[in-house]
Parts: sequence; structure tokens; C-alpha cells
Amino acid sequence: MKRSERVDRGINVRSEGIYAISSLKEILYLAGPRMALVLILFLLPVVLDSVPYWKRVVNIMLVYSLLAISFDFLANYVGLVCLGCSFFVGVGGYTSAILNSYLHVPIYLSIPLASVLGAVICTLLLLPCLWLRGVYFAIITLMYPLLLTRVIEALNIFGGTNGISGIESLPGNDLENYIIIVVMLAILFGLRRFVNQDIGLVMRGVKDNDQSIRASGINVTWIKTQAVFIASLIGCFAGSYLVHLYIWAGLSLFALDFSIIPIAAVTIGGSGFLIGAVVGSFILVPLSEFLRFFGSFRIVIYCVVLTLFIVFKSEGIMMYISRRYHQFERWVDV
Amino acid sequence: MIILSAENISKTFKGLKALDSVSFQVEEGEVYGIIGPNGSGKTTLINCITGFIRHEKGKVFFRDKNITKLPPHKIARMGITRTFQIMRPYFSLPAYKNLVIPLWGPRARKLGGWRGGGKHGDRDTVAIDILEEIGFERDSRVPYKLASTLPTGYLKRLELARCIAMRPEVILCDEIFSGLSVGEIGGLIPLLEKLKLEGVTIIMVEHRLRELFKVADRVMALQFGEKIAEGKPYDVIEDSRVREAYLGSDEV
Repeated sequence: MKRSERVDRGINVRSEGIYAISSLKEILYLAGPRMALVLILFLLPVVLDSVPYWKRVVNIMLVYSLLAISFDFLANYVGLVCLGCSFFVGVGGYTSAILNSYLHVPIYLSIPLASVLGAVICTLLLLPCLWLRGVYFAIITLMYPLLLTRVIEALNIFGGTNGISGIESLPGNDLENYIIIVVMLAILFGLRRFVNQDIGLVMRGVKDNDQSIRASGINVTWIKTQAVFIASLIGCFAGSYLVHLYIWAGLSLFALDFSIIPIAAVTIGGSGFLIGAVVGSFILVPLSEFLRFFGSFRIVIYCVVLTLFIVFKSEGIMMYISRRYHQFERWVDV
Repeated sequence: MIILSAENISKTFKGLKALDSVSFQVEEGEVYGIIGPNGSGKTTLINCITGFIRHEKGKVFFRDKNITKLPPHKIARMGITRTFQIMRPYFSLPAYKNLVIPLWGPRARKLGGWRGGGKHGDRDTVAIDILEEIGFERDSRVPYKLASTLPTGYLKRLELARCIAMRPEVILCDEIFSGLSVGEIGGLIPLLEKLKLEGVTIIMVEHRLRELFKVADRVMALQFGEKIAEGKPYDVIEDSRVREAYLGSDEV
């Protein structure tokens, strides 16, 4: 009789986050996947130099992966399921557009300024709902973008339905790519470090059980506020980058796409990894571009792919890949 | 010196009187037991004192400071810690990381020292020290296991460890003996006595009277939200109203 057995590959001494590295091979084993991601991202604009359309797609893909990271962080590390990523995009985008078009702030200032300012606005607006949990918080966050759309429409402020035009465009073709690539990598690796710090641990504690956090003398709302600020900072950066990419800001920034696609990406990529969010949007966004060929039938195929993924690989791609990477299976005699 | 005093605490849940002007005072460094049949308002009393539930009437004083309207985290910061009857560990974290969270909290960081948070990066070690003190075998894998895989006995201790990590002045234990074997309780009692020696005031809500009376200095009995007796443990259970509450009256 034979049975399958899983064996750890690679480094022998391994506990949580601590590695004993003794050879170049082991360093490569650890750093390899990370370096591969960085390398691939940096090479993408070079490889796709002859097809500017796909360079644009890469940008959109990275914007979505930022949003997916923000969703993954809030949902799986803080326990706030936020269905309103488009709220962050919209607020960040409009802030950037107002700063750049109305107040003539140069682009290299308007993007960081809009990210911070937009994050402050988002956090303040979400502050009254922060004591909510689970489904209730999710529904409220779904309302916010809809609400802001109607406010802008009804009051006819910020260009109303026409939106704001005359926004400075991002400089050069390659720089446009590399800005978002560098920021995405910085946020990805930075956030991964952050969630393993003690403050990140407290946030994970909030997700598990906020009563105990209260009993530990920690203000839950303050922790949630910090987490929402971080997530909306990421979202607002994505929004303000998008506005400068399209040189136009309009109500479509609050579209449901920006809320739904990141969630789908996290589901496909694997939730609770952060990198899973990136991998998910690297699959979903190009897929949706390939499917343009099918015209309006596109959505059907898209849905089928999504459903198949959720039914047959509900753990997510990253979970599967990382298990395959760290362990191998073999058949042994019993 | 009186460390914690509650005056006329009343709480109703939609017309049902859970607590009816309960008053009591706890001396510093004593073990104070609260007993009573199911539904007599023991846990509600703890929730009211620690701010998890707002009571309608009455005041709570901690060292002559009115803490009645404070939110739970501010009360906890003063050193009034509690355990939960239904254990509430952070299930997705390893046992020792469960303690890093209270050690990160403002109280432990402010007080520093051996049981405090210490400098950043030191908290893991402090957490394992506390776990060892409370009966997790240091060299085994137990402190590193996920809290979701630990058995009840360890989880109860983890609740207590969370309180100890905060350098408490008062610990309110909500039925830490329930669901434990006699042997496991035997392991907890010296721990409580050690805490008492260190000057920590302990308020215990408990159903297991025999074990409670080994550690308690004074006991209060509740029934239907009313205080019916208070005094030395064995005097209280001799009280006719307490006997009636637990066993029913003689008249048929």
C-alpha cells in the first residue's frame, strides 16, 4: 500500500518569521519569489514597449491591485469588510482634480497631497460608522460612493455630471508606469512588514475579538481609525493616479467596478496574504482585456471563470502556489 | 482601604430587573466572591462595573474616583481587568501573541518593568515569561500553538494571563473555574493566592462554591438581582435566604 506524504522543502530551521540561512541556495529559496515579482514588474514596461495599449493595461492592473491590497488589509487583518473601495478612489480622484485643475497645484504635489487629504476626508466620513461590525459596516461602506455621486450630481458641484477636465497629465510613458510600480511594491512590502509588527497584531486582534481588545485597555475605534486611514491612503493614491492618467475626473470614479473587481481579485488570489490580492488582479484585469474580443458576451465568460475559481480553488491561487513551493508530495510505502 | 465600591447599581433589560440597587465594597488585597443561582445577575454586575454595559442607576468608585460613565478601555487602563465567562482569546494568533496585545496596550507600556511591555521587540519574551508563570510549559510547543487549538483549561489560564499582563490592581474573574477538572482548578488556586500576596484585589463570580471558599475572604450572594447576604463564606451559606435561593424553600 502507498500513501502520499507532504515534506517541507528548503530551509530546515524555520519558525514563524525567523529563518536560519546558511547557504546561497537558501537565500535564493527565500528571496527568489520576491525578486521575481520585482523583476517581472520592472521588465513589463520594457517588454511591452511596442504595444502602448498594453502598457496602459499594466497601469490599470496595478491600480486595481492597490485597491485589492487595501480591501485585503481591511477585511482580513482588521475585520472591516469594506465594499466601498470606489469611495476611496472617488474621494482621492476628486481631491487631486480639484487641487490640480482649480488650485493649480503641480502634479508632483497634487498626487501625494490628494492621497493624504483624501485619506483624512475618507477617515472622517467613515468615523461615525466605525463602531459597526461585519455586514453592517459592509453595507454602510457600499452606500458612501452612491451617496457622494448623488450629492455631486444634485448640487452640481465639481463640474456636476461633466466632471473636471483640464488636469495635468502624467509625464512620459515609462515614468507613468514606474511611478505606480514602485509605489505598489513599496506598499505591498511595507504593509506586509506592518501587519507583523505589534500594532498589526493588535489589528488582527480587533478582527478576532474586539471585546478582549477593550478589556486590554485599548481603544478599538482608534485602532480601526488608523487602519481605515492606511487603507484609504492606498485607495486615494490609486484614485488620484487614475485621474492624472485619464486627465479627467468624473462620476465614474465612484463606479461599482472599483469596489467589486478588487474583491473578486482577492477571492481568486487568496485572502489574507496581500500578495494574493496582487496576483488576483494580475489575472482578472488582463483577462477582462482579452475577453473584449467577445464583445458583450465578455461578462458571461468572465463570470464563468470567476465561478469556476471560487468553486474549485476557493483557497485562492496564492495559497495553492505557496503550499506547492514550501512542500512537495511523494508516495511512500506503508 | 476600600479599593472598589459600587453604590445602588440597577440595570433592567426591557423591563426585566437584572440588578436591583446592589451595593458592595471591596477592600484592597482581598478576594471577594459573588455567588448566586443562574440568572441572578452576577455577570451583569461585572459587565456594569467594567463598563461593558451601561447601568441606569448607581455609581461605581475606584479609589474614590467615579468611574461610572467611563468606556471599558479607560476603566481597563486604570487597572480594573476582567476575564470573560465565554473565553475570548484571539483565535488566529499563537498563545504568546495573545499576550503581546495587552502588553502593547497603554497601561503595560506606561508601567514598564518586568511585567510591562518593555521596549519594542521585547514583548514576545515577556509574554512567554507570563505564560510560564501561569502554567504553560515553557519548553514545550504549547505557548506557540494557535489559540484555536488549545483546550479549555489553557484558554481559561490565557484569560487570566491577559489580566496579569496588564499589571492589574483589580481582577474580576467571571467563572474561571467552570468547565475545568478538579485537578486543573487545583493548579489555578495557588496562582490566585500568589496574585493576592502581590496585593492584587480579586473579585470572583463563581458557581463552584467549594473551590471558591478555599480562596475567598468575603462572599456576597445575589438572587434575582438583589443582594441577599454578605459576609464570611461559611456564614453566607448558612443564611436561610441563600439556602432558599439554591435549594428552594421548605414549605410545599
